[in-house]
Amino acid sequence: MSQKPFLLAAEGLNKAFDGYKAINDLSFYLDEGELRTVIGPNGAGKTTFLDLITGRTQPDQGTLVWDDGKHDLLKLNEYEIYRLGIGRKFQTPTVYTDHTVMENLILSLAGPRSIWHSLFGKLTSDQSDRIAEILGTIKLTPHAHRKAGTLAHGQKQWLEIGMLLAQEARLLLVDEPAAGMTDEETHRTGELLLSLAGKHTIVVIEHDMTFVRQISQGRKVTVLHQGHVLCEGPVDKVQNDERVIEVYLGRKSKAA
Amino acid sequence: MSSSPVTSRIHGPLLIAAAVFLVVVMPAMNALGWVDHFTLNLWGKYLCYGIMAVAIDLLWGYTGLLCLGQALFFSLGGYMMGMHLMLMIGKLGAYKSDLPDFMVFLGHTSLPAFWKPFYSFPFALAMVFIVPGLLALVFGYLAFRSRIKGVYFSILTQALTYGAALLFFRNDLLMGGNNGFTDFRTMLGANLRDPNTQRILYICTALLLVGTVAGCRWLTRSRFGLIQRAIRDSENRVLFSGYATANFKLFIFVISAMIAAAAGALYVPQVGIINPSEMTPDKSLEAVVWVALGGRGTLAGPVIGAISINALKSWATRAYPDLWLIILGGSFVLVVMFMPKGIIGLPAQISGIITRLRRRRQATSPETTPPAASTEP
Repeated sequence: MSQKPFLLAAEGLNKAFDGYKAINDLSFYLDEGELRTVIGPNGAGKTTFLDLITGRTQPDQGTLVWDDGKHDLLKLNEYEIYRLGIGRKFQTPTVYTDHTVMENLILSLAGPRSIWHSLFGKLTSDQSDRIAEILGTIKLTPHAHRKAGTLAHGQKQWLEIGMLLAQEARLLLVDEPAAGMTDEETHRTGELLLSLAGKHTIVVIEHDMTFVRQISQGRKVTVLHQGHVLCEGPVDKVQNDERVIEVYLGRKSKAA
Repeated sequence: MSSSPVTSRIHGPLLIAAAVFLVVVMPAMNALGWVDHFTLNLWGKYLCYGIMAVAIDLLWGYTGLLCLGQALFFSLGGYMMGMHLMLMIGKLGAYKSDLPDFMVFLGHTSLPAFWKPFYSFPFALAMVFIVPGLLALVFGYLAFRSRIKGVYFSILTQALTYGAALLFFRNDLLMGGNNGFTDFRTMLGANLRDPNTQRILYICTALLLVGTVAGCRWLTRSRFGLIQRAIRDSENRVLFSGYATANFKLFIFVISAMIAAAAGALYVPQVGIINPSEMTPDKSLEAVVWVALGGRGTLAGPVIGAISINALKSWATRAYPDLWLIILGGSFVLVVMFMPKGIIGLPAQISGIITRLRRRRQATSPETTPPAASTEP
């Protein structure tokens, strides 16, 4: 177990799928209250890393501890990890399409998760207020009673962020929030994440460098490459790092 | 909220009217001699099937768990009640023995220990719920802990009911072998061959059906119902929202098993026989067809499906005994192809077609649209 006072500490993580090393000796440390951006080319292991944190996948080797080493995440399953306050937004928006926006938020509200409570628990007025507040934050108030499946792509992304807010997660793991959004939506998503920084610890995985520059604002950016941390630092330093230019930004600028 | 405003406005009153008809009007007409005993008895059977169909839909339509072994729980409930009824025959059986006839026939001279408590009706009634409930609990625990899902779950439930049928076919299980239990005489002192007794059994069945539908309506509209449907649509997301989905699935699986078992316990004294053929996989498959035809993911749909298919079966097996399976299969294919929401979705489907036709007629009428814009949207 790690002795360092980190909110999340990963050390020496390895994960291979049929011999392909998706995560290769990965170490990652996160302080409480950070807004960390993780970038990296396709196949760098970003999403697999989130899978490891949230209990979707088990690593072959390594340690993964939460809250100053108080909890070993590798011994917990998905819902136990969730209950520690780790929330996740998936890469493709994953909302309950047949439920209304309101119902999506009700299901995500922090609170008891027992069968008993699901049968007899009532929505308190505090919770209703909280839902109204979140609906305002994610700009879906007029759509509260629409089925989530009928929302536009960007609205689904926001709804999923709203579900993380309802959860009152300590750590928000946000996988490509700007994917498939217009420039304006992307910018608004960035503002939303910035407004949450400080209240929550946030890890954002992103491809879009304009978006990364908008939200990182001199904060630490982690570059993953072939399942390993290539370098860390402010976005300007990272962008000028030769190794990063070679594996990622160089290719990206050529493509653009 | 999903159905159109017109249908949801008439839903409540329609359900209450149907409940009053089944619980009060039918037996009253029988008592007055307007509905004969045979028909009422047949309806009692249909309603038992209706209850089982609701139990299946609670799993399949609402939680996404297609159980292909629900008739096993139905039969087990029936067997538990049947054990009590067998002991109530007493010396009136063919062999004039205190033992059930099949035991005398097999050469037994004393009642096996596990049969003795079934002299008590309350004990038998408790077992109606406990035995199927416990089986569902153990089987469900193992299946859901191992995260067995989808078609694998369906196949396992089918294997379970097939295995149970093979077990019950054996004489050495002392459950009547392939003949099962029959020749019942009395229940709680009342003569089962008396139409009055049968009428009371019918009323109990109708009440159980109404209670089941009302209870499931409440359940599916609670937050539990939201979680149920969320598991159906995206179980992974539910796990990542902090819910132990295995426990929720286990809970609904056990509830569903006990509902089916209660229906089976009422089925046996009305039909007068229970044997292992009720557990064979085709019985469960047939029940799944009722749900699909009636309308999955609704509560009235499965009941309508169970009643209409079984009424059709009663008629067809008399009129065209060789064609029944073809009729059943054919109607299943038709519904799957043309009525995705089943019989219950038909009114909404027809009104949808009418509005579309009306819109098209408006669109093609000359004064409202320029000629170029009359193509499909």
